[in-house]
Amino acid sequence: MSKINQKSHFYLVILEKITPFIAILGALFIGSLVILLMGENPIQVYKMMFGLAIGNRDGWGNVLFRATPLIFTGLAVAFAFRCGLFNIGGEGQVYVGAFLAAYVGFTFTSLPAVLLIPLTIFAAALGGAFWASIPGILKAKTGVHEVIVTIMMNWIAASLTFYLALLYKAPATESMKAAGVQQMIPHTSEIAEAARLPRIATILSYFNIQFPSHNPLNVSFFIAIIAAVVIYYILWKTSLGYEIRAVGHNPMASEYAGINIAKNIVLAMVISGALAGLVGTNEVMGYKFRWRQELFLNLGFNGIAVALLGKNHPLGVVLAAILFGILSYGGALVNIFTGGKIPRELIMVIQAIIVILVVVADEIVKRLIIRRKLG
Amino acid sequence: MIHIFILDIFNLRYGEVILSDYLLEMKNISKSFPLVKANDRVNFSVKKGEIHALVGENGAGKSTLMSILYGLYQADEGEIFINDKKVNISNPNKAIELKIGMVHQHFMLIPPLTITENVILGMEPKKSYFFTDIKKAAQEIKELSEKFAFKIDPWAKVRDISVGIEQRVEIIKVLYRGAEILILDEPTAVLTPQEVEELFKILRSLKKEGKTVIFITHKLNEVMAVSDQVTVMRDGRVVGIKKTSTTTTSEIANLMVGREVLLKTDKRKQKPGKPVLRLEHINVINHNKFPVLKDINLTVKEGQILGIAGVEGNGQTELVEVITGLRPITNGKIFLYEQDITNLNPRKIRELNIAHIPEDRRKRGIIPEYSVAENLILGSHYRPPFNRGFSLDFPSIYNHARKLISDYDIRPDDKDNLLKSLSGGNQQKVIVAREFFGEPILLITSQPTRGLDVGSIEFVHKQLLKERDNNKAILLVSAELDEILSLSDIIAVIYEGKIIEVMDVADAEKSKLGLLMTGASQVKKSNEEESHLK
Repeated sequence: MSKINQKSHFYLVILEKITPFIAILGALFIGSLVILLMGENPIQVYKMMFGLAIGNRDGWGNVLFRATPLIFTGLAVAFAFRCGLFNIGGEGQVYVGAFLAAYVGFTFTSLPAVLLIPLTIFAAALGGAFWASIPGILKAKTGVHEVIVTIMMNWIAASLTFYLALLYKAPATESMKAAGVQQMIPHTSEIAEAARLPRIATILSYFNIQFPSHNPLNVSFFIAIIAAVVIYYILWKTSLGYEIRAVGHNPMASEYAGINIAKNIVLAMVISGALAGLVGTNEVMGYKFRWRQELFLNLGFNGIAVALLGKNHPLGVVLAAILFGILSYGGALVNIFTGGKIPRELIMVIQAIIVILVVVADEIVKRLIIRRKLG
Repeated sequence: MIHIFILDIFNLRYGEVILSDYLLEMKNISKSFPLVKANDRVNFSVKKGEIHALVGENGAGKSTLMSILYGLYQADEGEIFINDKKVNISNPNKAIELKIGMVHQHFMLIPPLTITENVILGMEPKKSYFFTDIKKAAQEIKELSEKFAFKIDPWAKVRDISVGIEQRVEIIKVLYRGAEILILDEPTAVLTPQEVEELFKILRSLKKEGKTVIFITHKLNEVMAVSDQVTVMRDGRVVGIKKTSTTTTSEIANLMVGREVLLKTDKRKQKPGKPVLRLEHINVINHNKFPVLKDINLTVKEGQILGIAGVEGNGQTELVEVITGLRPITNGKIFLYEQDITNLNPRKIRELNIAHIPEDRRKRGIIPEYSVAENLILGSHYRPPFNRGFSLDFPSIYNHARKLISDYDIRPDDKDNLLKSLSGGNQQKVIVAREFFGEPILLITSQPTRGLDVGSIEFVHKQLLKERDNNKAILLVSAELDEILSLSDIIAVIYEGKIIEVMDVADAEKSKLGLLMTGASQVKKSNEEESHLK
């Protein structure tokens, strides 16, 4: 067969890789129409948004801080997806993992940091892993669809952790005691100093690098990056990843090749859940130092969007999470600086449009490729 | 060189022939896809009322040409004439308007609906605005059925009918839409020998009624049996146009492949050695509580090919799955030499050096999204030399791939190609290469040449015989009787989950096997028994 038209095929491959970027531009364009309808200048709004978000160190710090939990939950969804599993349960796994981290953090207060930090990180991963293992085992043993189970597990996790938060509610502060009122905020006690992750500002100050000390970016961001690298390595460089992806692509052929499908499904869910649980390192160990439900709201669900935008690849997930961080932080600031004329909900609209466009663009490119190849 | 010569002759004749002889003419059709030129200045002409076979290996461009005729693709260049009138077929609806109908290889029927409902789908005759005149449709279908000897019941539900009947429904669908030119894409691929005969009868009656049939195939005996004219394609070009009555199978085979092909395998006599695989009283009951294997006893010896002949769906799939650990055995024992391997898991079975070429290549045999190199280690990916400690050893995986790609001539010869981009024949080569590697002591092969072209079939057959001559034990399951007959030393016939006869290949005749396979002898036997009772 003569090899012709290799060039146009090459373009298609490139096109397939850059669909997310096209989708982002498309979404920004649609967003700008909305801004126009609001009577504002879209160019100025976007300039303000990106300028505030990534035009300075403080902005970058906030963006990466907001990206960190999305990297974890995005990786969680992406990893399970590689095994053919749709883990909708990131939300619940985050709650449980973060709660277990908080529990360890405020319980084993006598341990030194060198022990307590790893133990708390481990607890975060363990909590998420445990929560995800239940739908994993049910899927592997009985074939119950993981989507149904993970959704239900989200509800259980939300209620269970909220109940536990009330059970381990923080004691009243001095001022509350003075005023004679009870602790009304449903959050746990603070974790021990020795369980807290250092802020990046603290670290940079050792090197005399200027970084605002109020910036919430902490070491958890690096844990997220390490997690992305480890996940990449597992998926493509180990026999474990080989098996997990094989099961995801073709379970029948995997079975034929002697791969234990049930084992791999459970393992994929456990690792996925552990990743989601690690969100606790950012919100609990590095930011508020306690468990409070609203900290984690929608992080698990946004992880699905991040994984989709990042094409279920660790590097893509990291980039997509950073983009979402920019939109979220920039959007919040634009809201403030325009005096509420541009609502932060607009950013949520843009995020949603990006996801829809990515899905649509993916399908279109896929069809183009199928049409170009033999049908 | 031969084909160029033939083309020249053809072109000469082309000038002389009066064009109106042809019902359909496709002239200078070219169509390119990103990696291949699927059709390269193809000329294809069909006379009214003939059965025209379009043959070629997989990827020769037959399907592309017919897809262009049916409006699924647009040609880059070239013209189509029907009755000397130039036509533009931009989509299948246009083709149907021009009375061209296509019966695809994979049927598109809705099982819970009746035959009539399936046939009229999309063009229901209306009684009034809302109501379908189903009785009228059924009557018309009945008339069609009688006219062409289809022997179908318009009120039968599709889920209750056999594959052969399903195909007839597809043909009726096309006729119902008024087709004069029928394109059949590899119609016999899914049929039993008896059903093939029935199909040929139908084709002949279509011809008698003045319909024109284009018959895509790569099975040469079928070409000889039913067609009037043959067009042979290779690499996107027409390499020969022959009158069936004046050509031979080997001539067509040589044109298809572009070199001499041995249609017959030459097999050395070999003395079988020790028994390798022994099945003792195997019974399997499936999840519907239905017995799918009944008291199977078989032995495969060293240096021997045991062929399992049978119509598909008579327990072959289950038999293979049982041996390879993919399906639990309800009763009975399996031995490899003296070792009991009953109900071991697939990985343990593989570790005992039992190789398995699965019947459904795409479902079981490969991971289409994995590269050639990755597919070549499937099943041994977890052990040295491909896996060390926790990580895959890529240098040795790649070396392994390079070696097998050159040993088995896998094309294109790039270890990083995704398997889904390879042709069926090359995908099968990947499976064969992987399974034959590492000196297996027992080979379980199921439909090893399904969907392959002549060249690849020859290759797989040679490999199997080579392994046999190396004293390997081979269990061969195939729906192709010719394959069973030419490769096996011993033939076992399976029918409804039972081995009903085991014979030496020397005693096997095709007609006798055909009868055994369809259970005809069983019926006779039970009739005899009954009459004895009386």
